[in-house]
Amino acid sequence: MKTVVCVKQTPSTTAVFSVSGGTVSWDDPGGKPLVVNPWDEYAVEAAIQLQEQHGGDAIALSAGPEESLEALKTCLAMGCTEAILVNDDAFQGSDTLGTARVLAAAIEKIGDVQIALFGKQAIDGDSGNTPIQTAVKLGWTPLTYVSAIKEVDAGSGSITVERLVSGGRETVTAQLPVVISVVKEINEPRYPSFMGIRKANRAAIPAWSAADLGLEAGAAGTGASLVNWSKVYPLPPRDSSVEMVTGDNAQEIAKKLVDRLFEEKVL
Amino acid sequence: MSGVWVWIEGNNGNLAAISLEALGAGRRLAGELGQSLTAVVLGEGVQGLAEEAFAYGADAVLGVDNAVLGVFRVEAYGRALAQLVADRQPAVLLLGNSSRGHDLAAWVGAQLDLGIAADGAAIAVKDGRLVVTRPVYAGKLLSDVQLSGDVQIVTLRSRAFAPASANGGSGNAEWVDLALSEDEIGIKVQGFESAGSQVSLSDARIIVSGGRGVGGPDGFEPIRQLAAVLNAAVGASRATVDAGWIPYEHQVGQTGKTVSPDLYIATGISGAIQHQAGMRTSKVIVAINNDAEAPIFKLANYGVVGDLFQILPALTDEFKRRLG
Repeated sequence: MKTVVCVKQTPSTTAVFSVSGGTVSWDDPGGKPLVVNPWDEYAVEAAIQLQEQHGGDAIALSAGPEESLEALKTCLAMGCTEAILVNDDAFQGSDTLGTARVLAAAIEKIGDVQIALFGKQAIDGDSGNTPIQTAVKLGWTPLTYVSAIKEVDAGSGSITVERLVSGGRETVTAQLPVVISVVKEINEPRYPSFMGIRKANRAAIPAWSAADLGLEAGAAGTGASLVNWSKVYPLPPRDSSVEMVTGDNAQEIAKKLVDRLFEEKVL
Repeated sequence: MSGVWVWIEGNNGNLAAISLEALGAGRRLAGELGQSLTAVVLGEGVQGLAEEAFAYGADAVLGVDNAVLGVFRVEAYGRALAQLVADRQPAVLLLGNSSRGHDLAAWVGAQLDLGIAADGAAIAVKDGRLVVTRPVYAGKLLSDVQLSGDVQIVTLRSRAFAPASANGGSGNAEWVDLALSEDEIGIKVQGFESAGSQVSLSDARIIVSGGRGVGGPDGFEPIRQLAAVLNAAVGASRATVDAGWIPYEHQVGQTGKTVSPDLYIATGISGAIQHQAGMRTSKVIVAINNDAEAPIFKLANYGVVGDLFQILPALTDEFKRRLG
């Protein structure tokens, strides 16, 4: 079984953002401004579990700037067997479709991949489009919102998963190869082990360019992007002067609060 | 390139709430662009949905009725919708950002090499093109998105757009015969376990949410009782989900659902930045917490410092009395 897990490096979930002159910057009270996208951690764990159960490879793949090497090292430290960075100035400013073309080309270059795993979405761009778009570019079946991988039958080449969709849970079967995007419920990601961290620090992580992938100019990058979201700004602040509701007992407080909510016309 | 299209999602044979909102947004955009509003209905035995789409203001209905579209599978619906879009080239394609609408938009965009503005919270028209405002960085920032390319695909955030109202319209749908083959579809659906009558977080007008302060799985009981009286959905903080007190589908926040109800009642929730990201666009926020310093009070319109196990039952009784 050869599994690829696609990861993105993102600002941490506690990052505090500011925008100045259209440029987004962030600070983090925890002092770790860049992390493996939290949704992707569940995909990494799923890839490692598949490797543990079925043998073969769990390969971490990231398309991004050189700093993304840190995210890939985290994946290796957790237990991925290999990591590959796809990095080319020509890819900068890609929209999700451009990224999907790059990832699909890299997955094809890796070869014989049966499952490509993704987190549901990245917590920066937040569109969640890349998994399906990569599946379409590969010509593979996409299985999204996966909350459990129930069975993988390498012999017959089939997979059964549970999906958490609007209105309930759906169980579906598909033939490999497939692209899977996972939700948080699928597992609990492990922490990197001490040995894993040592191994990751020694690992040589190859970096592939556009030429290595045989991608023509115009497949990705700013020039190919159809989505312009250069105008970014902070949310308008909430009108957050809180009115504290007090009283001698719970009943009195409840009565006052319900009065207020009727006045707000939200009931 | 002309026409505003809205993909219609069914929900047990009726228009899904998000599709009514998409029809509402589509009606307004069609007016501003001086174009017609077409509802696209895909499925098997979906004449009823087509009639409903007319009744809620569609100028035209384009439908595909095919056994391969019996249950939603993105491979089948994606191929069908991509073919319609490629053949007829609408200016705008709107879809509700449900799990299905989201996937369908991504598929059509990839198959036809079109850009997508995902999870739009507001749409303006500028020089005949759309400017879509959408949250980014987990709802901490906003961005204004413009798409280049012939067809502009936008998915709409739940409860961000006013729903269309019934205007009693009717008409004859145009049914298109597409060659769809089951052999091309990799996904085989084995079963579906419905979430039942639970109010979904995305559609809910009112959400009552619990955090670490509820103390354990049983602590959600007074929350459920209040939610039942208000016909509200039950939400939860990440900490309670991670502790196994309540299933994941209730989680509000960065790795859960982003919600925007009229009323959000946060009980025993301190208000971590990741939780705030998922609920800060709620219209009115009520915070009930025994810690007067909890960050949630900075976001709230109304605050109560107290024991949620006393306040919640009193609120439930008061609402019961007043809502009769």
